[in-house]
Amino acid sequence: MNSQLKSYVILFLFVLVLAPISAAYAKTKISWWHAMGAENGERVNKIARDFNDSQDQYEVEPSYKGNYTDTMTASIAAFRARKQPHIVQVFEVGTATMMAAKGAVYPLEEVMAAANEPFDKSVYLPAVISYYQTPTGQLLSMPFNSSTPVLWYNKDAFKAAGIASPPATWDEMHRAAKALRKSGMSCGFTFGWQSWTMIENYSAWHNQSIGTKENGFTGFDTELTFNTQPLKKRIKAIAESQKDREFVYGGREDSSLPMFTNAECGMWISSSANTAALDSQADFDYGRAFLPLDTDVADTAQNSIIGGATLWIMKGHDDDIYKGVAKFMTYLSRADVQSWWHQSTGYVPITLEAEQVSRAEGFYDRHPGADIAIKQLNLNKPTINSKGLRFGNMVQIRTVINEELELVWGGRKSASDALDNAVIRGNKLLRRFERANSR
Amino acid sequence: MLKRVHFGPSWLPYALVLPQVAITIVFFLWPAGQSIYQSFLIQDPFGLSTEFVFLENYEMLFDDELYYDTFGRTFFFSIFVASFSLGIALLLAAMADNVIKGSVTYRTMLIWPYAVAPAIAGALWVFMFDPTLGVITHFLDKFDWDWNHKLNGGEAMALVIMAATWKQISYNFLFFLAAMQSIPKSLIEAAAIDGASPSRRFWSIIFPLITPTTFFLLVVNLVYAFFETFGIIHVVTGGGPAKSTEILVYKAYNDGFIGLDLGSSAAQSTILMAMVVIITVIQFRFIERRVDYQ
Repeated sequence: MNSQLKSYVILFLFVLVLAPISAAYAKTKISWWHAMGAENGERVNKIARDFNDSQDQYEVEPSYKGNYTDTMTASIAAFRARKQPHIVQVFEVGTATMMAAKGAVYPLEEVMAAANEPFDKSVYLPAVISYYQTPTGQLLSMPFNSSTPVLWYNKDAFKAAGIASPPATWDEMHRAAKALRKSGMSCGFTFGWQSWTMIENYSAWHNQSIGTKENGFTGFDTELTFNTQPLKKRIKAIAESQKDREFVYGGREDSSLPMFTNAECGMWISSSANTAALDSQADFDYGRAFLPLDTDVADTAQNSIIGGATLWIMKGHDDDIYKGVAKFMTYLSRADVQSWWHQSTGYVPITLEAEQVSRAEGFYDRHPGADIAIKQLNLNKPTINSKGLRFGNMVQIRTVINEELELVWGGRKSASDALDNAVIRGNKLLRRFERANSR
Repeated sequence: MLKRVHFGPSWLPYALVLPQVAITIVFFLWPAGQSIYQSFLIQDPFGLSTEFVFLENYEMLFDDELYYDTFGRTFFFSIFVASFSLGIALLLAAMADNVIKGSVTYRTMLIWPYAVAPAIAGALWVFMFDPTLGVITHFLDKFDWDWNHKLNGGEAMALVIMAATWKQISYNFLFFLAAMQSIPKSLIEAAAIDGASPSRRFWSIIFPLITPTTFFLLVVNLVYAFFETFGIIHVVTGGGPAKSTEILVYKAYNDGFIGLDLGSSAAQSTILMAMVVIITVIQFRFIERRVDYQ
């Protein structure tokens, strides 16, 4: 046997022995496109890393695709090119679009059933999953990050202005704003995500509907109805209070955050998931309280609705992939993972158990008010008006609402005309969505 | 009359133009064709259900008075950006043309902004004019000017015009300066000997002689304002407040990429494409004829 042949034989034996071993090491890769940048992006990576370390069959590979709209657009483009990821994070207003795409998304419950993965819906917070269920109760996507608007207030400024407790009603809100102005603050209150906080949550909080067909849950032929007298009156009062700078508009989305952290405004209505930002940017003591109640509309509050995103599973991959996806979904729902996520981000935990774990650990004693969001969501059993909303083209409808409200804040339109026009323009968008998805 | 010379058929000329034709087909004709086809469809974002509606997307646009507002706003914005950036660049070039000492430094500094990416240029202006943190807003505050472009549409428009103008001045400056330096010195010296003042020399000799450059730049600037300002608007205002800085190209992006209404977005792109064709035809007419200098 010459030496060359010998080496071939050795090589062959090597391959024979090593091939099965390396096959065992070849993990099935699961791609996860998400929209969590900065600190929260790091946390997403940690979740994936911990999951990968917890077993050796699957490897979740998270990749950041920009903000929510970028991520959704990227996955849709990828789907059209047949290169869709396995899991994609989609924000709550994209729910109707994803739901309508029956050929593109694989409903969560079906994935779990096909993979024989145990799945019990009752462990999840009702206010969270009700947003993402079909009218028949099927859960389509996995809630990942959910928050709800709360009233943030500057405790130091409240002390200086002699305000004893955070306002519970809109009348008290304006009184507190006046007191803050008198004490030298340059503005009383402001809010972020105005469509979400002032239209969608205002309506849920007072058990008012914002559209027909159970806020769009039971059909695409829904129409918006939020141009009600109470809401018009509320928007008008807020706009008028700009005169004395009780309210100052700070822009769309979260661009009003600096007005609160710089102690210009003493109160800020925005997402509960701002803990990390406030801890690093605000050098005053802040508190959280329930959203103010409009006593003209309701005597007690109903419950607030969530914002945030869920994980959707895309169709068109191998069964083996979906087995791994199902395992990952189970891992995500684990109480230790959820309570860690909740405590470090300010998003609400998606399971009841994770909240209990956090409570048992004394997290809410160390961080008073950190459970305000959960309390708001669980205040009452969600009604058809407060379980969420499901409108197609909701991204554009929110833009319409932003535009019309900006005209009110800018003094160029009355609250009544603006809300009427927002409903008319919004309904056109709904009809267009119905048309595009009717086949 | 030239005598016509006949060559036998050869593959060489076709081979030489082939790369250019291929590039045009792949990067222009094919996507443009796709866009025109898409503009006849109403489709869900995933492309799972498609309905051929022919011109309905266009009808919907032209039934929408907000679309006409966008047209008006685009022209307003473009005219201001083009005239400001041309005017300021012309002034700077006329002055730089006369500078003897340190002219290279001046020119380099003036050309600098052109190297800045639109998004970064936008971010610079956003920081300076931020209603809460901005340096310039802080300064304006001293004059009781409560600058807030997040709320005041006029101020938002002014801000994007400023940012877009600033970005384009360098480009115009380069062309103006080159045009001025190509004017024979003897013409200007002769005028000076005849006793023409510097401003007279500028308006009677220099300005007419650079007219072709000015026309070329006018067209380029209009195209710039129409399309390339997207990055600046995206960063500075995102089209807001209340659409007050949403120009045509931004609306096409918004409806297509944010709203996922591909049919309408494609129809808007097709309309924009038609406008570019018109502007280009006008440009060729003017450039080909070469505005007469005699």
